[in-house]
Amino acid sequence: MTFSGTAGATLLSVRHLTVEYATVRGSARAVDDVSLDVNRAEIVGIAGESGCGKTTLTSAILRLTRPPGRVTAGSISLFPRGGAPVELIGATGEELRSVRWRNVSYVPQGSMNSLNPVMRVGEQFKDAITHHDGERAANLDERISYLLDLVGLGGHVARMYPHELSGGMRQRAIIAMAIALEPDLVIADEPTTALDVNVQRVIIQTLRDLRDRLGMSLVVVTHDMAVHAQLADRVAVMYAGKIVEDAGVRAIFHHPRHPYVRRLIGAIPRVGGSRSRLDGIDGAAPSPLAWPAGCRFHPRCADALPECSTVMPLMAVTGAPNGQHLTRSMVACHLHPADAIPTDVSVLEVAAPSQKEDR
Amino acid sequence: MTSIPTPASTTSSADAGTREAASARHLRMEAVTHSFRGAAYRHLGGELVAVDDVSMSLASNPPQIVTLVGESGSGKSTVARMLLGLLKPSAGRVTFDGDDIYQLSPQGRSAFRRAVQAVFQDPYGIFNPFFRAERVLWKAVDRFGMARNRADALAKIEKSLGAVQLRPTDVLGRYPHQLSGGQRQRIMLARAHLLQPAFIVADEPVSMLDAAVRVHFLNILLDFRTQYGMSTLFITHDLSNAFYVGGHLLVMSRGRIVERGSTDDVLMRPAHPYTQLLLASLPSSDPDVRWTDRMTATEQTTAKPSPGRSRCLFAERCPHVMDRCWHDVPPTYAVQGEPSAGTGVETGAVHLGPGADVTADEQSHSVACFLYDPAKRTSPPPDSLSGKT
Repeated sequence: MTFSGTAGATLLSVRHLTVEYATVRGSARAVDDVSLDVNRAEIVGIAGESGCGKTTLTSAILRLTRPPGRVTAGSISLFPRGGAPVELIGATGEELRSVRWRNVSYVPQGSMNSLNPVMRVGEQFKDAITHHDGERAANLDERISYLLDLVGLGGHVARMYPHELSGGMRQRAIIAMAIALEPDLVIADEPTTALDVNVQRVIIQTLRDLRDRLGMSLVVVTHDMAVHAQLADRVAVMYAGKIVEDAGVRAIFHHPRHPYVRRLIGAIPRVGGSRSRLDGIDGAAPSPLAWPAGCRFHPRCADALPECSTVMPLMAVTGAPNGQHLTRSMVACHLHPADAIPTDVSVLEVAAPSQKEDR
Repeated sequence: MTSIPTPASTTSSADAGTREAASARHLRMEAVTHSFRGAAYRHLGGELVAVDDVSMSLASNPPQIVTLVGESGSGKSTVARMLLGLLKPSAGRVTFDGDDIYQLSPQGRSAFRRAVQAVFQDPYGIFNPFFRAERVLWKAVDRFGMARNRADALAKIEKSLGAVQLRPTDVLGRYPHQLSGGQRQRIMLARAHLLQPAFIVADEPVSMLDAAVRVHFLNILLDFRTQYGMSTLFITHDLSNAFYVGGHLLVMSRGRIVERGSTDDVLMRPAHPYTQLLLASLPSSDPDVRWTDRMTATEQTTAKPSPGRSRCLFAERCPHVMDRCWHDVPPTYAVQGEPSAGTGVETGAVHLGPGADVTADEQSHSVACFLYDPAKRTSPPPDSLSGKT
């Protein structure tokens, strides 16, 4: 970790979360028994192909799952700064309202297109702030101008209409709105997708600044591995509704363990890299209505062992090839059995979250 | 139809041989401009110039891949639609073997349709959900009279599916919603393989595919060139895909081609400040190569009126902007000191006007930027765009 701040204590702890969608052809477990921790001032990237459950997972964290989707198992604990821990699964509407925006805010995919076209940007900020925290209604203009500055837009943007802003400016305005109440955690779903590369770079810069200056945690969901390489401290790679590897960004890119992650990293063309032929991954991702038995990647895996088709591998902490860069390195693969003390994530629960060390 | 060689019924090497023996075919744009007009563009003065004086050519012999790269709104898709005969240019000509494709005889039109095939961005929108996905293949066989009977047609279809690494049992009989995006996009490539066109125009074919299947698709495009002699115009916004595919590269910005040359020349030694900006913004997929400097956004709001198009359109974003950039459209200059630049270097600046032999000039590295005007140059052109504050 290059960040020299207050990293360490756990902010969000997702345990054994399962989200199912009821369909006419049966129940689809889009997210299946997923556990994930987010520490303070940490940027966690969630990677994976389309349909692997990234968005289902992150929208479930804020209890935004809508029918036919339903959280059927698991717990989501939030440990806000200077407040009592909150269990989000089972929280009442009132409790959720007080957590959203104030403790955790969510920037859904494509939300830059959800600004009200007939209201000035500043008015929309005022609505959001006063709705969620009436006490902050004083000095609103000053505060809005400060927020817009934080994301690199001038205060004058508050007087503009959304159509006067480019896509990248609207995206930054949305990010500014998400941090209006200084939440502990911002969850951003595909914040750079559909933006041009120059704008994408500025958004990545902006998000990194917010962590460095305000110490907030970020969960960034994107299929674009290069964005993770630039932004994340730790990356959780999902495949077929499961997290298959969860490790520091350097470990993921330089020493990927899971065969799927290895092939995924190997399939990225690089400008100026070698022009040798890259291999993709054969076959198609499985359907959530019929996940393969055992390891869900085994039908596409060149290194599959006999037990891969029958026994589901659990997340296990494995030896870090480059220890000091890793926070927690976990992989769910029979090729990489756990080191020393075999453990799955449930063992991590033994430690009280507040005492958990970053490394 | 009679002038078209019969497609893939024999081995692939024989096909390539036939095509090499035939004279080279050309798909060309000659000084093409297209503007969209209407009330929707009132804030732009009534018209949106999507493509502005663009010339390019695609030749079948030797088969080549030409990549057109640009950001959203740069006019890439408008170029594709004009080349495919779907959108008539406001000015300039699109020619196929020398004939204007918008004035073809019915026979010529049929030959053009056969020789130029399209792969579009959205693998979901191209299929009719009420029919099996394979219908696009049967229709192609039917439309061009390629098979004597059903068994013959099925054999051809299965061969083409094999060429794009699809198992016929995986896709035949399936409806579009039962197939993944990668499978659907490869069915469109199978259709191209079936017809053995001289040219494929692929408009953002991989942008909706996952990384793991994206390289499969690109590998097939590369194989089509070497094995079947098909030339491809590959349109993308992603410079790493462009680098991987190689070949010739055109960089498009706001309707104009600002830089062209071999992919290595343009991406390893970018000349135009815009190309340099694109490369500096490209995220590296190596966490040890993170940006340490900062870049300011060069995006614009639509609140300010645009100062017209008779100037360099990159002027307001350019760190090297000069006075003349605001008053004249920069002509195309050869990039000096390029080993592969050929005659362009010896004669100094070369203005590649619409009358020029586009094919010959296209091979060298050239850039539409006053920084490279040999007559006016006072200092060497920038090595790279700093982007630092």
